Amino acid sequence: MRVVVDYDLCESNALCMVAAPEVFEVRDDDFLYVLQDEPGEELRGKVEEAVRRCPKQAITIEG
Amino acid sequence: MQLERVVIVGASLAGFRAAEELRTRGHTGTITIVGDEPHRPYDRPPLSKQVLTGAKPPESTELHLALGSVDDLGLDWRLGESATGLDLAGRTVLLGGGERLPYDGLVIATGASPRRLPGTDHLDGVHTLRSLDDSMAIRAALAAGPRRVAVVGAGFIGAEVAASARSLGLEVSLIEALPVPLERGLGPQMGAVVADLHRHHGVDVHLAVGVVLIEGGDRVERIRLTDGSVLDVDLVVIGIGVSPNTEWLEGSGLTLDNGVVCDASCRAAPAVVAAGDVARWPNERFDEVMRVEHWDNAIAMGGHAARTLLGDAIPYTPVPWFWSDQYDRKIQLAGRAAADDVVEIVSGSVEERRFVAFYGREGRLVGVLGMSQPAKVMRWRRLIEEGASWEAALAMAAATA
Repeated sequence: MRVVVDYDLCESNALCMVAAPEVFEVRDDDFLYVLQDEPGEELRGKVEEAVRRCPKQAITIEG
Repeated sequence: MQLERVVIVGASLAGFRAAEELRTRGHTGTITIVGDEPHRPYDRPPLSKQVLTGAKPPESTELHLALGSVDDLGLDWRLGESATGLDLAGRTVLLGGGERLPYDGLVIATGASPRRLPGTDHLDGVHTLRSLDDSMAIRAALAAGPRRVAVVGAGFIGAEVAASARSLGLEVSLIEALPVPLERGLGPQMGAVVADLHRHHGVDVHLAVGVVLIEGGDRVERIRLTDGSVLDVDLVVIGIGVSPNTEWLEGSGLTLDNGVVCDASCRAAPAVVAAGDVARWPNERFDEVMRVEHWDNAIAMGGHAARTLLGDAIPYTPVPWFWSDQYDRKIQLAGRAAADDVVEIVSGSVEERRFVAFYGREGRLVGVLGMSQPAKVMRWRRLIEEGASWEAALAMAAATA
């Protein structure tokens, strides 16, 4: 599974960080940092939740 | 009980998410989804922002799945059709066209409709905003270059429409019956900050005044306000709140009281769940019966209600969250905010309109508001989840400030 963020869409709402803190972090500069581009399968549920909860539909999963 | 036929009434975010969750959890039976609009499920937040200004085409609002295509869900669509009745004992939904849809499980996600101002229906140029078609109509009216736009009601929709119209360079008057904008959502103190934000951007803000009359021939020409002022306008957008769409359920036996009344797990009756704007349920985390009109709640509650329908009924206890983009500012609230809560600014500056405020009630942290501070809001949100006391929350904020 590969996590792709469209940074043109991302507005750092930080919902992804709540859903999958292992993968997404919005720091105090209010930019989103993807901590793991290819998280393990055990995180799939959380990453899918992050995709759904993103208000900008800025996250996609490949594979 | 074997769940073979699921009917979802409401083809917007909550209903759509319920459908996705049913499939994710392995439901292989039929899912019939009924929507009164002709469109497939779409995302509403851009309707008062990017779609209204023309920054985003309407097609871009179509909702996606986390993975794969919407067609993979194998849904049986009934678009452009309204449910008109529910036979609870016979487990059947009635559609306006006469069709009867029997179900083993029913999801009610019919959302809410904007309230209208009486006596304005005959006037061109008076709009409400809920649907994609509403947004396209207002967009066309804005693009036609009105001399002045009046926005009646400074809730989220009104405040965002005012900001969008202003960003197009139009003259905008914002009229609110309460003393500040967003008072119901943010309370009086933070609502005043939002009033300043709009004034700063050149909006003509009228607070604590009502509308006496919206006048015109065929088209709207002016608005008379309760303080005696008269505004010449050629476009009016009304954003005075919504009413849950429960008319079709009257007499069905379901309990209706400002929405479909559910138990803590989103269940309204045996084999019936409700989700999204139409649903009212006791949120045990806040010891409060809520009906939440936020985007994020439609997603979370749609999923939760689907799991309840599948037999996994646990209490739905979210920390509600919403955001509102106005001008270059992002307002976010996690948790709750009421008029009589204690409010404390814990970081940043109100003058710069970049800050975090905590809301306290009965010795507990109940809400975290941020203006253009998204990372901090989400970080402090955890304290609400953990049930932090007011004192402990303030101490933690002070330690990191």
